[in-house]
Amino acid sequence: MSELFELSAAETAASIAAGHASAVEVAQAHLDRISDVDSDVRAFLHVDPEGALTAARAVDERRRAGEPLGPLAGVPLAMKDVVVTKGLPTTSGSKILQGWIPPYDATVTRRVREAGIVMLGKTNMDEFAMGSSTENSAYQVTRNPWDLSRVPGGSSGGSSAAVAAFEAPLSIGTDTGGSIRQPAAVTGIVGHKPTYGAVSRYGLIAFSSSLDQAGPFGRTVEDTALLHQVLAGHDPLDSTSIPQAGPDVVTAAREGARADLSGIRVGIVTELTGAGGGYQEGVLASFRNAVAILRSLGAEVVEVSCPHFDYALAAYYLIAPSEASSNLARFDSVRYGLRVGDDGSHSLEEVMSLTREQGFGAEVKRRIMIGTYALSSGYYDAYYGQAQKVRTLIAADFTRAFEQADVLVSPTSPFVAFGVGERVADPMAMYVNDLCTLPASLAGTPAISVPCGLSDETGPALPVGLQIMAPAMADDRCYRVGAAFEAAYIAAHGHILKGMPRLGSVGAGADGAAR
Amino acid sequence: MPDDRSTLTRDEVAHLARLARLAVTEDELDLFAGQLDVILGAVARIGDVAAADIEPTSHAVPLQNVLRPDGVAPSLPRDAVLAGAPSVEDDRFRVPQILGEEE
Repeated sequence: MSELFELSAAETAASIAAGHASAVEVAQAHLDRISDVDSDVRAFLHVDPEGALTAARAVDERRRAGEPLGPLAGVPLAMKDVVVTKGLPTTSGSKILQGWIPPYDATVTRRVREAGIVMLGKTNMDEFAMGSSTENSAYQVTRNPWDLSRVPGGSSGGSSAAVAAFEAPLSIGTDTGGSIRQPAAVTGIVGHKPTYGAVSRYGLIAFSSSLDQAGPFGRTVEDTALLHQVLAGHDPLDSTSIPQAGPDVVTAAREGARADLSGIRVGIVTELTGAGGGYQEGVLASFRNAVAILRSLGAEVVEVSCPHFDYALAAYYLIAPSEASSNLARFDSVRYGLRVGDDGSHSLEEVMSLTREQGFGAEVKRRIMIGTYALSSGYYDAYYGQAQKVRTLIAADFTRAFEQADVLVSPTSPFVAFGVGERVADPMAMYVNDLCTLPASLAGTPAISVPCGLSDETGPALPVGLQIMAPAMADDRCYRVGAAFEAAYIAAHGHILKGMPRLGSVGAGADGAAR
Repeated sequence: MPDDRSTLTRDEVAHLARLARLAVTEDELDLFAGQLDVILGAVARIGDVAAADIEPTSHAVPLQNVLRPDGVAPSLPRDAVLAGAPSVEDDRFRVPQILGEEE
């Protein structure tokens, strides 16, 4: 018999609705699982047993009273620490916010609570979501459940590790340049970056406002879609929130699971296939297999060229730091967080500088200074202005490509999970993790990562992700094609997490999700 | 990769740090000067793209004049807001002296 923590979110909700398990039992099973494995995985910065059990009891009471329950009522979830949660510590992975308890909920948090989803705690992340390995957290290094000597990706690495390690069936991440998709890929789970504006940014601690987007992680495409449906929708509290209803991604995922892609045109992006080197051969081999599977499902595969994608890395690492340098000015030692040097001998400005020096880590300082440089007079046109023009060209490349194809595909990341400490000394070695995910970030278009194979090129067998990109507001295409691919992959190999080494004292890993 | 940018000096990094209100240490100046120079070298290729007549994109989803009714709604209670502040006096945020002695 499989453990409660091994069930998918859809199965868990069905089990609770049918009365086979109570929400309290489900919450307790996950809290026990966290106690069992999180000393190794270190996905959580803060676990909230009391809050989780209280939320679970409320679901059980509503069920007993015969009230209608939402499709994810009683399902546990891990929340990235960049999302503000009333009454629960929120640090964004930074020392500058250590001990801060927000006085309000983000819209994402509110929607999660209102859906009866049980929040287990807050997950580790790269400080202010700047990084691709979660090693830039000021607090701890999260480990990849597939190999504890490796990173879980980033910046949402706590959220990806928690779901892969069966500490929660669902989690929430944010994606600015790939921070949902890349960690999903390297931990063998599903992660989706919604269309920019589909999910409210109210209450997300801002990194790069024109790029930041929250989204779901799950172990199956259907679970991920169910959470997406809870998160998405117009929010008057976010002026960039899209004022129309988004597509029905749950139906798309369920229809996609019939594994028929006849009539769907899939475009391979020439610039994201590693022709110029820099991609691991094991990643490219998995990607080629994935394309063969899509073709076998009836998809028509075409090749499309997006020439300006080659400049996405340069554009991103100008735009994101520029916006970060502005956004992070709010950490001024006055309204919240750390204050250093307030001893009567320093002016406000000195206290600010001392606080920010002590409160920010190296990567945050680097990005603030790059942004300050790119926005300074004399450089603005050549750097920030030019990057914004390139952004226009990248969006135009997408528009042309989507005339020839319904979805575009690429590897999610050029590499599988790398070793802890391997890339920390060289910022550029970390930045190239985002090569494949950056174009959709800059264009604001949706993209999903779905597990597509294992590569043992760097040692143990490690997961590879397939990225499926769609036009703005067509997130349903990501889910439809992702679910079709997932169904075919599972039929051939079983669920990818079945191949993960055993963690903890109970349960083999993936019986429930490995249908 | 064409890069006619001059090397970022230690003094320039110190200037950037001052603008960004970061009291960086001497060791950090050395470290960051090298690292920022590598990063700026890598992003400098943005200049290779012929984009003179291209409109800049500041936001993926162009929206204009997002307005809401000018209604009164409750704001956060004062105590809840001040609870997170590093220093509070008389129900206000307490700040260090604004003017330094040299100003």
